[in-house]
Amino acid sequence: MPITYTSQEQIEVYRFSLPVTILVPLIAIFLQSFMPLRLHFFSIFDLPLLVVIFFAVARRNPVAGLLTGAVVGLVQDSLTPFALGIYGISKTVVGYGASSLGAKIDVENAGARFLVTLVFYVVHQVVYFTVARGLVRLPLHWSWPHELTAAVANAILAVALFSLLDRFKQRT
Amino acid sequence: MENLLSRYRNVSILVAILFAQVLGLAIQVRRSGENESTRLIRVWAVSAIAPLEKVVVGAQTGISNLWHGYISLGGIRRENRDLKQQIENLRLEQARLQEDAAQARRLQALLGFKEQFISQTLAAQVIGSSGSELSRSIYIDKGSRDGVEKDMAVITADGVAGKILRVYKSVSQVLLVDDQTSGVGTILETSRLQGVLRGKASGEVVLEKVMNDEPVQPGEKVLTSGGDQIFPKGLLVGTVAQVKHGHESFLDIRVKPAADLSRLEEVLVITKKEEREPSIAEAPPVRAIDILTQRLPTVPDKPAIEPAKTQSTPGSAPAAPAKAGSEATGDAKPAAKTMSPSSPPKPQPPETAPRPAADKPQ
Repeated sequence: MPITYTSQEQIEVYRFSLPVTILVPLIAIFLQSFMPLRLHFFSIFDLPLLVVIFFAVARRNPVAGLLTGAVVGLVQDSLTPFALGIYGISKTVVGYGASSLGAKIDVENAGARFLVTLVFYVVHQVVYFTVARGLVRLPLHWSWPHELTAAVANAILAVALFSLLDRFKQRT
Repeated sequence: MENLLSRYRNVSILVAILFAQVLGLAIQVRRSGENESTRLIRVWAVSAIAPLEKVVVGAQTGISNLWHGYISLGGIRRENRDLKQQIENLRLEQARLQEDAAQARRLQALLGFKEQFISQTLAAQVIGSSGSELSRSIYIDKGSRDGVEKDMAVITADGVAGKILRVYKSVSQVLLVDDQTSGVGTILETSRLQGVLRGKASGEVVLEKVMNDEPVQPGEKVLTSGGDQIFPKGLLVGTVAQVKHGHESFLDIRVKPAADLSRLEEVLVITKKEEREPSIAEAPPVRAIDILTQRLPTVPDKPAIEPAKTQSTPGSAPAAPAKAGSEATGDAKPAAKTMSPSSPPKPQPPETAPRPAADKPQ
């Protein structure tokens, strides 16, 4: 069973070294900017979002999660032609939500990670579209089939990526 | 109160961070009409990401050049032969076009018509993208220190790519023509109808503001109109792919961009445009038959009076190039048949006559 409820004592809290905390999001943003030029389909993925979810779930600290989300989101915003804060707000919400969820349930196995990423990808997109259309008046077009396909693709990638990033975890 | 804040500490921080960002967004939206300066965070982000991208793209280009230039040379000989043949055909085409251009210049000069010319371009390499499906912009490895400025046009060999949106010291952001916030003033080549080219969220490119009753056919070329003051007039933007009657009184015209916007590697930034009246004196008219006459080794030397016949004076009416090829008299006639664009010309021996002015790089 992917998601298991555990007591607070059973949940392990991890931390990461400073180079990992800085370099992993930076590399994710770099790949997100660079890869679509060579592999066009890669733009369906949101690597910075996956990194935010991973750090938030592993640290299980809502404040750390939302700050990671805000910083990564704002840097990602800086590379787009749009106003700063659209990704920032979306990823802040996701960072807070994922870390709050991580503090309550065990999301260490592949099934849980798949479901958590699937749900938070949709949450991220809903917040993004709401902010972009509601506040910035960007003429964006919402498409459920596309968003669900992207959510599944990101969830699959997350399972592989999280197992790779597990190597950088340090027990507190 | 203190107890309440510590109890809801996490939520309070969340609300504070979200509020700060919403406030920031509101300020940006309000100032979007004004001359927006580049935010420091954008400079930091681009400064952190761009060097990595430059290194990776540079390494990739180096390896690719090494492979294609020194290791994998299969098919080079055949490609070389094909290219030579293509050059011959293009020379004939060039001679024909020069005739047309000379005539157009004469007419434009008579009308006092001012035209924008691309007088300087800067080649740049694409090093990154915005990384978002919802915005279509790229980063190039040239910035303010290379002379790039905001709103300069960016083109490729195939057609228009976009315009410079933001300029950093060594990097610039280009908004592609298929972005939904982009807008290019365009004109249809045959029907001469003007419209605005925009991108859609789905990635399609559409031509807006063309009335429902206008005759637009698929396959018609879309060119820049010059009305947006960014792109010089007459650059190829794309081809009409589909025409449907829209919901309102405008046609729903889908356009296939001429440049492959999803696979851009190198682009040209138009760094200088000139507005001037075309001069009649520039580019002396050279006819296709002149090139053929000088290139073919079998053509015997003609008397001194012959070249005078072939050169038309700037004021005289130009001879139709097609006729020049097919109606050439004397020794040149068989040569013209052999050298028609449809059939490849013979290779030229090195001892032939000097190349005409039209062959030299302009």
